[in-house]
Amino acid sequence: MIKFKLNGRDVSVDVPEDTPLLWALRDELDQTGTKFGCGVGQCGACTVHVGGRATRSCITPISSIEGAEITTIEGLHPEGEHPVQQAWRDIQVPQCGYCQSGQIMQAASLLKDYPDPTDEEIDGVMGGSLCRCMTYVRIRKAIKKAAAAMREEKSNG
Amino acid sequence: MGKLERIAARQDRAAGRGPTRRGVLLTGLGSAFMFGFAREASAAQTYPQNASLPGNGAFEPTVWCSVGPDGVVNVNIIRAEMGQHVGTALARIIADEMEADWDKVRITYVDTDPKWGLMVTGGSWSVWMTWDVFRQAGAAARTVLVEEGAKLLGTSPANCIARNGRVIAGSRSVSFGDIVSHARPTRSFSPDEMAKLPLKPASERRLIGKDVKALDIPAKTDGTAIYGIDAKLEGMVYARPKLPPTRYGSKVVSVDDSEAKKIKGYIRYIVLNDPSDTVPGWVAVLASTYPAAIRATDALKVTWTPGKTANVSEKDIIEHGRKQIAEKTGGSCVFNDDGVDEAFASAKHVFERTYTCASVLHYQLEPMNALARQQDGKWEIHCGNQWQSLFLPVIAKALQVKETDVVMRSYLLGGGFGRRLNGDYAVPAALISKELGGKPVKLILTRSDDMQFDSFRSPSIQTVRVAMDDQKALKGWQHHASAGWPTGVMASAFMEKGADGKPYDQFAIAGADHWYDVGPMRVRALDNDLADATFRPGWLRSVSSGWTPWAHEAFLDELAHELGHDPVEFRISLLTAKGRNAGKAPDSVGGATRQANVLKRLVEKCGYGKAQLPKDTAIGIATTFGQERAMPTWTAGAVQVHVDRKTGVVTCQKIWLVLDAGTIVDPDGAMAQTEGGALWGLSMALFENTEIENGNVRDRNLNTYTPLRITDIPEMDIEFVDSTEKPMGLGEPGVTTIGAAIANGVFNAVGVRLRHQPIRPADVLKGLSEKKPA
Repeated sequence: MIKFKLNGRDVSVDVPEDTPLLWALRDELDQTGTKFGCGVGQCGACTVHVGGRATRSCITPISSIEGAEITTIEGLHPEGEHPVQQAWRDIQVPQCGYCQSGQIMQAASLLKDYPDPTDEEIDGVMGGSLCRCMTYVRIRKAIKKAAAAMREEKSNG
Repeated sequence: MGKLERIAARQDRAAGRGPTRRGVLLTGLGSAFMFGFAREASAAQTYPQNASLPGNGAFEPTVWCSVGPDGVVNVNIIRAEMGQHVGTALARIIADEMEADWDKVRITYVDTDPKWGLMVTGGSWSVWMTWDVFRQAGAAARTVLVEEGAKLLGTSPANCIARNGRVIAGSRSVSFGDIVSHARPTRSFSPDEMAKLPLKPASERRLIGKDVKALDIPAKTDGTAIYGIDAKLEGMVYARPKLPPTRYGSKVVSVDDSEAKKIKGYIRYIVLNDPSDTVPGWVAVLASTYPAAIRATDALKVTWTPGKTANVSEKDIIEHGRKQIAEKTGGSCVFNDDGVDEAFASAKHVFERTYTCASVLHYQLEPMNALARQQDGKWEIHCGNQWQSLFLPVIAKALQVKETDVVMRSYLLGGGFGRRLNGDYAVPAALISKELGGKPVKLILTRSDDMQFDSFRSPSIQTVRVAMDDQKALKGWQHHASAGWPTGVMASAFMEKGADGKPYDQFAIAGADHWYDVGPMRVRALDNDLADATFRPGWLRSVSSGWTPWAHEAFLDELAHELGHDPVEFRISLLTAKGRNAGKAPDSVGGATRQANVLKRLVEKCGYGKAQLPKDTAIGIATTFGQERAMPTWTAGAVQVHVDRKTGVVTCQKIWLVLDAGTIVDPDGAMAQTEGGALWGLSMALFENTEIENGNVRDRNLNTYTPLRITDIPEMDIEFVDSTEKPMGLGEPGVTTIGAAIANGVFNAVGVRLRHQPIRPADVLKGLSEKKPA
């Protein structure tokens, strides 16, 4: 039995220790917003936050996150109103949408490190997240929009 | 409770509602499960839920839409939602003609039912195919609502107009919902009656062409969007296939599961017996979880006798095609104009070039998967799919049941790009469930499985030649193309007939049947039967129009340089819009004139021939008619490329596109599709390809397969021509010009001509070294 915190709740799963976090989330805990893409940590569709850091859940054994705080797309904001999510809707980023949970989680993490990211910084962090619909132009735009909104929120707050 | 029910319940709680009828989702009971999006005025959330079914007092003038007593307009969408926001675009058409209040419009992605007719989503056809019928359906609803509304208002229909969900007579009005609840209209329309209804002129359009927020997007930003891979049923088991060494002809000799049995959760294996012959030699591995299924499949030992293609290579297939092209007979001609042989026999000059394109994988991000079970005597297949009408009969054949005993339930697609036109992945899921007596089973391919038996874009070889007189005027044209034929393999009844009466795969030649006046033409499609035997050729975004322009648009550039003409001026001189190139209303009205116009506008925008660019940097240009001659989206594309002489790396710095697709229904959706299409074109030209080695594709994951990523994107400037002509398609035309434009740009930058796609640095370096004076 492995215990951890998922989107603010205490949860436990009874699966083999080497089970990838991805499948525990999707099949044991019914959080299917996190997606299976490549299975080898190279497409980014499975990105979640472990202790606030973007992590590829498809190559993260469940045993390694015992006691950790996990955030998935479902828990990024209780009403889905994180500035990144808002910007994603305003700019109409998603096409098929399958990679976008991972893109959003990666982008939310990026903005913690780079509150005002340049194209190069965006590319450096988002380069690991594949979008087969190739919504990249809008991903860049939406990250900058979300960054501006977060900076404004901070200066007002 | 299944997954969908839990989500619905969670959303109900969040919205302060108690359990609703959505509680029956996926519990069977013959319930009409429909997967739709509705918008909540309060939260702007979207979620799957049952449609507002007619019978609950709703007015349903046609099968395409209904109006409820609450004024909610439901539009039934038979197309797959795979990123094109097709539901939104199609609903805009019906709502505009109906004069509906857009805030009350919802869409439902329906399951298979014979009443929908042909269910296929591909070829950039959806808006073009649906344009007439949805405007008619909207007009049918509006006609009845105005008639009934007039009665309620005590006046005649002639004194009424419909606007924004109300029927209005002077200062008085009544809402569509009130009309339905008070008058209870029941009139329905036959297709013939619908076709006679008057439609609004373009000047009266209020939704079409205006910006709109796509209805499918919000659920894709908060984890609530449900794809095929997310479907879950109580008691289901997981399966992964153990794939044979060749796509066809492999036979299972023996299976040893002694190691698999050591995996916790392993249940059993099944050697699939497939009467439809879709998955010959496949073995399914069952487990209680998917990770266990992955491991048990790896541990299972299967011995096969491989099929005959176990040693075939990409080169073998290309060389086979080269031989086919060299033979004068064989294949089928799209065009075979009188005088073409005479033109070549009497030519003073013949100019000829050969071009090749590598295999390209779909790599749609959601790996192939399907969930199957038998419920109340009916076989249910839960998955995203692009061509249900083609594969439902195959599933029925595999199961040895009647087609009416199979239903395919619709889900979002985590990428289509043509991969899910082929429904092969549904067959093994159905076969496993049958073996388990109808119990639910979810089959998922790992990425390496998915790539190994992708239904990928065939490698191709093309030769273009032109006959010229002594003045070097063009007198005749030949274009010969050999590739695997997806339609021939999977849907031969859908193949078109050539000028010579022989069937051909239009998706393995379209694009070569261009709109230039070059004298009598022969355009010949050759079925590369070695490709067909080795793998299952697939339809991939923009199908042959993704690779035929690689030949003829590069060829025209080469020819122009050879003749000392400017490549753009040369093209415009050939786009005379005479004869068959004059075009026909409504689809190709204006003909080649519209292609010349987008090209001229493109040149103005990009500064071709004028801009002062740094060394080894240049603009290249190409133009196409989009996807198909019968549905032309007039397209002109330019790229600015830089060539690094040391490394051979080609960098695309900017893309310009001008497209005339007639009426643009959803402007932002059109832009998104074109952006994505252009980057697909760029990815295939410079970043991604595979090769067939020993009967299978070489690449099995992103460690070696390298599609374009965010770091590689150029600046883009995309423009649509203002038009009120009939809308054409936009899912694919963005792809079509990019490859050839890059090849032409590389030539303009450093004088090296490349005829193989993708352009590899080694080929550039080779070209540069050959150019150096000896």
